[in-house]
Amino acid sequence: MTHLDGNALAGLFADTLGIEITAAVGRCGSCHRNFELARAHAFVTAIGAVLRCAHCQDTLVVIVQKPHEVLVNLSGLAHLAMARP
Amino acid sequence: MAVISSGFGGRRGASDTRLPPGQTLVDDWPVLTAGLTPDIGAHEWTFTITTETGAQHRWDWNALQDVGVEDIVTDIHCVTHWSKLDMAWRGVSLDRLFENVETSYDYVMVRSHGGYTTNLPLEDLLEGQAWIATEAEGEPLTDEHGGPARLLVPHLYFWKSAKWVREIRMMPSDEPGFWEQNGYHLRGDPWREERYW
Amino acid sequence: MTSPLRASWHVGRVARRRRETASAVRLELDVPTWPGNHAGSHLDVRLTASDGYQATRSYSVASSGETTRVILAVDELPTGEVSPYLVHQLAEGDELEVHGPLGRYFVWIPSESERSPVQLIAGGSGVVPLFAMAAAREHEADHAEFRLLYSVRTPQDVFFAKELSALSKTTVDIVYTRRSPPQSPRPPGRLTRESVAGFVFPSSVAPRIFVCGPTPFVETVAGWLVQLGHDPAQIRTERFGGSG
Repeated sequence: MTHLDGNALAGLFADTLGIEITAAVGRCGSCHRNFELARAHAFVTAIGAVLRCAHCQDTLVVIVQKPHEVLVNLSGLAHLAMARP
Repeated sequence: MAVISSGFGGRRGASDTRLPPGQTLVDDWPVLTAGLTPDIGAHEWTFTITTETGAQHRWDWNALQDVGVEDIVTDIHCVTHWSKLDMAWRGVSLDRLFENVETSYDYVMVRSHGGYTTNLPLEDLLEGQAWIATEAEGEPLTDEHGGPARLLVPHLYFWKSAKWVREIRMMPSDEPGFWEQNGYHLRGDPWREERYW
Repeated sequence: MTSPLRASWHVGRVARRRRETASAVRLELDVPTWPGNHAGSHLDVRLTASDGYQATRSYSVASSGETTRVILAVDELPTGEVSPYLVHQLAEGDELEVHGPLGRYFVWIPSESERSPVQLIAGGSGVVPLFAMAAAREHEADHAEFRLLYSVRTPQDVFFAKELSALSKTTVDIVYTRRSPPQSPRPPGRLTRESVAGFVFPSSVAPRIFVCGPTPFVETVAGWLVQLGHDPAQIRTERFGGSG
């Protein structure tokens, strides 16, 4: 099984956070590179979704869907930047 | 209110009285992953147990084989609701690997190539409950299933059976590993349906 | 559609379904609340079983513009949960829950000021969002030159075959990897870096490039494009895959 990219998480982000993730630029908290989040590597399986930096492979975001809540861990992302609405 | 799709049932498997609650049987062996599949050959693989003093007990592939590989037949249960019964494995018992390890700590962090981690109480690794597994279903473990070697702790949900295992590090308290930091239960007993926090 | 299109959940009804290839269907959905979508967007389809079990999968939208008619082309993954249902069981008149429009990166938005050519490269079902872009190009007052390079196994696997041959503003090159049509000058074979170089705009014209398909295809082709001198920042990719 290979990875996808940030495009694959557009629905999850829109649903849980109301953000269009593919329009955002992020900064990796580990290697500090900036990149369009659509280019990050996404690993999406039934246990959870993991977004990783395409450069250093460190975890940027983890999303876990539990029966009654969704957990979103953004701690690997130093920041997100999006155009003003 | 969700739209019900008439005739849709999903790909859920059969039930069986030997299954923990909420689990169904599957014929295949699903691959779940949180990152890139590491490319580690047996010739370069090592496994280390590190204690609180910094002492390291290390085995390379040959040394692991020399400890003694045994046959295991066991059920496995994934937190994503699938289970496989009577699966054939081969591996080295953690009891043998811990024989000469001196530690007063009660917990471990299991660390894998690629950065995955998972935590366990030491007692869940001993007394014939865990192995460093090298073969599954009669074949050497494939890359995608954790080859060349993974931890096998079948009495807990399978996310605890860390793929591409490389180190067990003793710790004084039960600190959460990767999935445990992200909503999954610290221990993960399928019979008590310990899936989430 | 100049303001950002917010994604939300909609209920659509299958207005029409027809076989697209041996393993795929084309679904035309009537989605009354759909705000329209950019070419290249996708949506999530969510199926709910009578016991409440749900499964959600992403599909690219083959249509674009301010319309409530949303067109999907779904290829069946035999071991999948959702695609076999959509391909074999979903009937005309059935309702379907969709979430979208999604995606602001892998989209082509016509513009008067952007003159650089657009190169589309599709692997298999990755052609869906790229077809949406080429179809949008047909009736937009845009001046960019469009090319589509479409890698597909056999002539029977081509999506939107009739529509592709009718495109007047996009040059379409179809490369068959396993079996080519009887009159084809080229024997079947996978794309190579050299053949890609022969089909795509040269790096000297700085094209905007969109590559879509399975991850190995996308990564291989994107790597070649960089080797051929294209600026990585001008290459946008969308990887298909997942569990179907």
